[in-house]
Amino acid sequence: MNQQTISKNAIETKGLGKRYRSFWALKDCSINVPKGSVSALVGPNGAGKTTLLKLLVSLSRASAGSANVLNKSPSQSPEYLSEIGYLAQEIPMYARLNAKEHIAMGLHLNDNWDSELATKRLNELAIPLDRPVGKLSGGQRAQVALGLALAKKPKLLLLDEPVAALDPLARIDFLKSLAQAVTDADGELTVVMSSHLLADLERVCDHIVILASGETQLCEDIETALKSHKLLVGVRKEAVDSDKYTIIQQSHTARETTLLVRLNDTKYHDSHWHMRDVDIEEIVLAYMGQSREQADTIAAKGGVR
Amino acid sequence: MITFRLSTHSGVPPYLQIVQQVKQAIRLGILLKGDQLPTVKEVVGMVAINPNTVFKAYRELEMLGLVEGRTGSGTFVLGRPAGPPPEIQNAVVNSLINWINEAKKAGLDEESIEALINSTLHNIKRGNNESTNNK
Repeated sequence: MNQQTISKNAIETKGLGKRYRSFWALKDCSINVPKGSVSALVGPNGAGKTTLLKLLVSLSRASAGSANVLNKSPSQSPEYLSEIGYLAQEIPMYARLNAKEHIAMGLHLNDNWDSELATKRLNELAIPLDRPVGKLSGGQRAQVALGLALAKKPKLLLLDEPVAALDPLARIDFLKSLAQAVTDADGELTVVMSSHLLADLERVCDHIVILASGETQLCEDIETALKSHKLLVGVRKEAVDSDKYTIIQQSHTARETTLLVRLNDTKYHDSHWHMRDVDIEEIVLAYMGQSREQADTIAAKGGVR
Repeated sequence: MITFRLSTHSGVPPYLQIVQQVKQAIRLGILLKGDQLPTVKEVVGMVAINPNTVFKAYRELEMLGLVEGRTGSGTFVLGRPAGPPPEIQNAVVNSLINWINEAKKAGLDEESIEALINSTLHNIKRGNNESTNNK
């Protein structure tokens, strides 16, 4: 095999887009997700998160651009799908079948299936294997679904808002299971997880992709994002992008100007501004706010009477 | 054995919280020389955190000379961080308890006590910085 073609990224997309009639659900999406990372996919509702995940798992066909996933192009071939675990938002399972039956079914449908691992994992969580999954709690059902996805021994796990419907305790338990699976895989498992719960993501994820208005706003590892984004506060002045920084969001009061910027030079210093660190939540909100402002401007322009 | 807690609203990065909690446990004598730190998988299962964050915290503790990673067997406590031994800390804690009781008697609630401690610490720190910077 040619070593040069093997990418360090589990996912690479270039200009990926999906159009439904005249509406672009995802537009010009270019991201790289490094192998072994746990990546947070965030953005407002309708930003294209679910669309992106569906394109990656080949449940939908791209209208534009290309994707390279685990060094393959998305397709419905068993060879492609066997390496990818996907958990849809609605956690589709057969309500009348119990976990044991789901595991047995997985064994029939998959080449590389580890029934023992799935059974052991669920036993450790004290989940009744012989109860129909429709009668389990939401948290237990999510754990069964995760166990099934992991039994495939995937190299890439795509999770679409896996914890959205869970209570706080079940959510933490789910994230613990996920983090343990990542530890066990020892760098061989890449996870992309969409969620609105930013505090959770900050715990478990080490990489972030921000989508808004159907476009990529940010794609990098969280440590870099935290270093390169700062809040600048100072006496009011009309601020514009400079070669030192790009303004993500700005707000003004009568006397004060506050900027959330992305620094091009991390050693940047200007005595006009008081500089402060930001957390992931502030960064995400700034990018989401920016895209909303743009949308408002466009709407306002279109709405001129 | 040490139990980690993780706060996502403290503004302190998760890896640093782990570092601080290990340091604190060693200072207070909860962790002694030769004790084994929980494995990465155990920590991950305790607090739902990215394993790389734990690796990073343990590497940092190693660099500080507080712990030692032994290949295949785990991470072990080497010694105490700079600072007074546990007995002296206990004495300080006792006087702190007295002080807090006094503050409560004076009518301060927990929030004001916390704010008072934080702002005093901050002022002292700033005072020191300013004098060293000759400002």
